[in-house]
Amino acid sequence: MLTIKNLHASVEDKPILKGLDLEVKAGEVHAIMGPNGSGKSTLSYVLAGKDDYEVTEGSVTLEGEDLLALEPDERAAKGLFLAFQYPLEIPGVATMTFLKTALNAQLRARGEAELPTPAFMKLVREKADSLGISTEMLKRGLNVGFSGGEKKRNEILQMALLEPKLCVLDETDSGLDIDALKVVSEGVNALRAKNRGFIVITHYQRLLDHITPDVVHVMAQGRIVRTGGPELAHELEAQGYAAYVADAAA
Amino acid sequence: MPAVQETVARVRAIDVDQYKYGFVTEIESDRAEKGLSEDTVRFISMKKGEPDWMLDWRLEAYRRWRTMTEPTWARVDYPAIDYDDLYYYSAPKGTKSGPQTLADVDPELLRTYEKLGIPLQEQEILAGVEQRRVAVDAVFDSVSVATTFKEELAKAGVIFCPISEAIREHPELVRKYLGSVVPTSDNFFATLNSAVFSDGSFVYVPKGVRCPMELSTYFRINEKNTGQFERTLIIADEGSYVSYLEGCTAPMRDENQLHAAVVELVALDDAEIKYSTVQNWYPGDSEGRGGIYNFVTKRGDCRGRNSKISWTQVETGSAITWKYPSCILRGDNSRGEFYSIAISNGRQQVDSGTKMIHLGKNTTSKIISKGISAGYSNNTYRGLVSAHRRASNARNFTNCDSLLIGNHCGAHTVPYLEAKTSTAVFEHEATTSKISEDQMFYCQQRGLSEEEAVALIVNGFVKDVLQQLPMEFAVEAQKLISISLEGSVG
Repeated sequence: MLTIKNLHASVEDKPILKGLDLEVKAGEVHAIMGPNGSGKSTLSYVLAGKDDYEVTEGSVTLEGEDLLALEPDERAAKGLFLAFQYPLEIPGVATMTFLKTALNAQLRARGEAELPTPAFMKLVREKADSLGISTEMLKRGLNVGFSGGEKKRNEILQMALLEPKLCVLDETDSGLDIDALKVVSEGVNALRAKNRGFIVITHYQRLLDHITPDVVHVMAQGRIVRTGGPELAHELEAQGYAAYVADAAA
Repeated sequence: MPAVQETVARVRAIDVDQYKYGFVTEIESDRAEKGLSEDTVRFISMKKGEPDWMLDWRLEAYRRWRTMTEPTWARVDYPAIDYDDLYYYSAPKGTKSGPQTLADVDPELLRTYEKLGIPLQEQEILAGVEQRRVAVDAVFDSVSVATTFKEELAKAGVIFCPISEAIREHPELVRKYLGSVVPTSDNFFATLNSAVFSDGSFVYVPKGVRCPMELSTYFRINEKNTGQFERTLIIADEGSYVSYLEGCTAPMRDENQLHAAVVELVALDDAEIKYSTVQNWYPGDSEGRGGIYNFVTKRGDCRGRNSKISWTQVETGSAITWKYPSCILRGDNSRGEFYSIAISNGRQQVDSGTKMIHLGKNTTSKIISKGISAGYSNNTYRGLVSAHRRASNARNFTNCDSLLIGNHCGAHTVPYLEAKTSTAVFEHEATTSKISEDQMFYCQQRGLSEEEAVALIVNGFVKDVLQQLPMEFAVEAQKLISISLEGSVG
């Protein structure tokens, strides 16, 4: 589904990604772990097409289509979703309004009919309920005054609503207490499907106790340096990243 | 290309050039000689068939104006205006001053208003379909061309007509109130207006009447080198209520056009006036060529006890805006409100705000101002809140927010506060923010295009004010905001 080949990317002329390869098949959950500064978040921004993240070499395709040639909103419409580490606040725009605008924009871009308001409301309510998001929260400005946990649940709500093909979760566990972590993980697990791939970026193993990955990658110095099964996460938890930092530096 | 530079490039490319009301109507007109003299004033008065008292009033203003100098304190910059190089009166040929039916109106004019999306045909309410109706007075260059729903309003006792007609038909009301809020000596532009105003709307709502529909005036400047000087006078008698909306557009022309209007509102005991403006005069092109110079004096007098005047404005047009809709809170317990959205793009310059003058006891005022600057524009909020020493317990709340889009625009806030009574409580909040690239990216990641993202963020920013507009106009204003900001993304 997603194929990344020899990806090099720079931020302000500083190379961050240095020849990254990754293949995610439909239905798989890939975890990317690694020390701070290894380029994990950069990878998520490059995939989503953030300005200032310049690809200098390599290719990224989603279902065979060149992702790098598309604008961020076009990538979204093709089914790429990024759950942000720090979701942004938009004052004065009700969460409900934002959700509707986003969903309809994607439907339009795909040449599909927009959802009528009553059907949309019903859909949002269902999905919000399962994530413990109240009607009152949906009326508030997007992420304005939300707690860390509420912001992350709101990310998962958007993911559930937009039904992307490939979900990238960037440090979704950061800033969550154990209860919030459970709610968010259950939300993600509910979305696991045969036709959907996940990249779960995390520094800690604890998220992977709740979302069991099919494949675990270790990233260091802008590359995937090791790949294994779920047991690799446990090994990292026990031994830390010291070996990878030292190796890469050597 | 780094994002900031891209923003700059895009902002450069923008589009004030996309002004959609920029067409010119080919129509013959009857004009006064170019330039301004006592003869011009006499000519206008004669064309309008005015009584002597009106002519004398105009001449006095004209003579005073000759002794005045143009104010320069506003943060706007424009080449000197040659007041002798303008036409002060232009009327579509074949229209006589005075009341007419739609059947008498030149079809070309009706088409113009149709293009502007303003229905002048009175439509019957369809059976079973609830439809809010709006009575419209349409002013084309210097004359009112049509006023709708007059008969129905008359049944309620409401007078809604061109001011030129009111001067002839209701002289007692006009003489009593004209110039009583904005005196002929008030300021350079108001004095000029007093001398040469050609048309505008007149509204009188009698005691205890709640005006049965929204009243609205659409102003259109069509002629080249023509100034539009309209004069609007609204009187809400004791215990009455009226909601009034004005809309403005002009063709795209390379020369600047002058618009110097005066609006006076009078609210007597327990009366309420809600005045909304959607101003979309031609703003000039992206290089700053052409566009309307909009020098407007708007003031409301809460003359009676418990009266209320509320101004709501959405300002997206004009090359230069110089406008401070104000409230004189004379009656005890009176209330004044000012809600404003001012958007500037391209090379537009806006210096706008309000004055809340507390004279009576227990008077309250509220100011919510939202300024949005994009392109190379400059947007200044200038506001005065003052409390007289007898205005015990005067209260004001001001909230003034600015939003910047791109790196070449400016936002400025100039508040003046004067309290001569120790019991006055004034609160002032002000913020300046920028649409961040992260906010934009977040929206785009969810599937919104750059333009949709800007429109969404801006609409969130101005929500408090949009809510104050009558519903049908809020939708119009929302669209206008998106159009004005097209291409300004960053």
